[in-house]
Amino acid sequence: MIEAVGLTKRYGAKTAVYNLSFQVRPGTVTGFLGPNGSGKSTTMRMILGLDAPSQGQVTIGGYPYRKLPNAPRQVGALLDAKAVHGGRHARNHLLCLAQLSGIPARRVDEVLGVVGLQEVAKKRSKGFSLGMGQRLGIAAALLGDPQVLLFDEPVNGLDPEGILWVRNLMKSLAAEGRTVFVSSHLMSEMALTAEHLIVIGRGQLLADMSVTDFISANSADFARVRTPDTDPQQREKLTAALTEAGGQVLPEQDGALRVTGLPLPRISDLAHDADVRLWELSPHQASLEEAYMRMTQGAVDYRSTIDQRAGLQEQLPPGAVPQPQLPVPGQGQHGWYAPPPPQQGGQPFAMPQGAPAPGDANPYAAAPQPPAGAPAPEMTKRATDNEDAAR
Amino acid sequence: MAATQVLKSEWTKIRSVSSTVWTLGLAVVVTIALGTLISILSKNDYDNLSREDKITFDPTFISFAGMSLGQLAMIVFGVLVVSNEYSTGMIRTSLAAVPQRATFLFSKVAVATALAFVVGLATSFASFFLGQAMLGEYRAQIGDPGVLRAVIGGGLYMTLIAMFSMGVAAMLRSPMLSLGILMPFFFLISNILGNVGATKKVGRYLPDQAGSKIMQVKTPFDDSTPYGPWGGLGIMVAWTAAALIGGYLLLKKRDA
Repeated sequence: MIEAVGLTKRYGAKTAVYNLSFQVRPGTVTGFLGPNGSGKSTTMRMILGLDAPSQGQVTIGGYPYRKLPNAPRQVGALLDAKAVHGGRHARNHLLCLAQLSGIPARRVDEVLGVVGLQEVAKKRSKGFSLGMGQRLGIAAALLGDPQVLLFDEPVNGLDPEGILWVRNLMKSLAAEGRTVFVSSHLMSEMALTAEHLIVIGRGQLLADMSVTDFISANSADFARVRTPDTDPQQREKLTAALTEAGGQVLPEQDGALRVTGLPLPRISDLAHDADVRLWELSPHQASLEEAYMRMTQGAVDYRSTIDQRAGLQEQLPPGAVPQPQLPVPGQGQHGWYAPPPPQQGGQPFAMPQGAPAPGDANPYAAAPQPPAGAPAPEMTKRATDNEDAAR
Repeated sequence: MAATQVLKSEWTKIRSVSSTVWTLGLAVVVTIALGTLISILSKNDYDNLSREDKITFDPTFISFAGMSLGQLAMIVFGVLVVSNEYSTGMIRTSLAAVPQRATFLFSKVAVATALAFVVGLATSFASFFLGQAMLGEYRAQIGDPGVLRAVIGGGLYMTLIAMFSMGVAAMLRSPMLSLGILMPFFFLISNILGNVGATKKVGRYLPDQAGSKIMQVKTPFDDSTPYGPWGGLGIMVAWTAAALIGGYLLLKKRDA
């Protein structure tokens, strides 16, 4: 069991971790999530006694790490896969770590087998790929057969087979009653591996709950409803009916509707009563990634902007029409991923945030955006066509 | 955490990297080869020496002439043993395994020192005997007064230089920074300070200037050094201890 109480770390004026309190319990895989620079690695280092906390404390089994008796037999950690002397053989690297805690050399060969590095045991780790480095780091963490395991980004650089292996390894370690604490950026991977989550942003605790609770608390499940493209009036009509029945309706970029607050059968009934045909009515379960993105939106330190390519784009030949640039979802638009919170209205879904100011000189910034609603002129045309067809 | 386990582990670390063999090998070869060469030159040049120089002619010290260059390889050895941990990031793994900073650092220093001492002593004896063989009729015997002390002292000098470098590297962490300070210091600055009249009084308290006194059997005429061979070595030990304690205190205080 890892327990942090009021853990704070300051580097000069910068506070990397602030007043962090959490418990990592044995028997489950606990995921540790947070954007880049949110203090995950700093926290890991403080757990291992490498960095001294400015305030608060973190203990393993009741002891601060530096006071832990025979620490390497109790705690195994993978912090940085590249943190090995490149000129040393893989086996010697593990051997010197084993000798530190009085682990017999036989165990070194065992863990080399477990991580699948027997073939390269006598090769210098300089030539290892990132994935092989991760395997070596995992081997080092497993050496002492410890009850508490910490892994910082263990699946970085691993191939799909390796990722699956790590996932199963973590689960089996936890099933044996060990405490497993894993940080990762790969949400899909975390959703499959972890049962419990600790999420931090800007060094502060954002969430400490089970994965399922986390997803349902931080994203609304919604229904996607699509009315015939050919008849926008039906869409308007359905929107009105659903809103009246207490649902929340938001248009999606491709013309579908995102409905929250109403169960699927009720949506179907309402559509039937309003005499609107449906092309799609599908339940949508938010993913961990969406829930995570939503929660950490405000806590991201390093955010990408649209590549303006100022002065880099080729001059178009005179008379040529510039290719319309379709925006890629997520590029330069904050919050595209987040379904609106059911309780507080939130931001309209799929509306580009920070839209280019009028008169922006950059041609790319002014690239035509697909209309949020259906384009008006075409709509009338199609509507007339339909009426013609109906006659 | 038994210290013997850490010592064993540090021995594995030190023997499993090629820089150990390269730096120590270079120290041996350079010291012996240069010492032998200068012994040959000194023998051929003996007749041209002044009367005073002939009286204070110190065959033992001459055979150690290679130390001035060989010590640089010892410095590299000492620096790399410690700073390798930092430059590779291995330090975190090591300290996670040995949370006791003192046990970690001093076991590492002890293993590297023992190795440096064995190599240094062997180099010193080899330099002496080869040098004396080259000096022919002007040679010193190992049984002459003060000679055995000087030869063993040569081994101690090389060991202490390596230890001092380990202490400095523990304080500075970066191999480039440590070498960038230590190499020019011991190769140039210390020699200049120790030989220029104005700074001589200060310069002779520098670790290498003081420590190399142990290898002298005959004192030059104009020498007014206020300490003897063991006193000089004591000064060097004090420097080394200060560097290592500084390294330990910083390691304990600093985040890894």
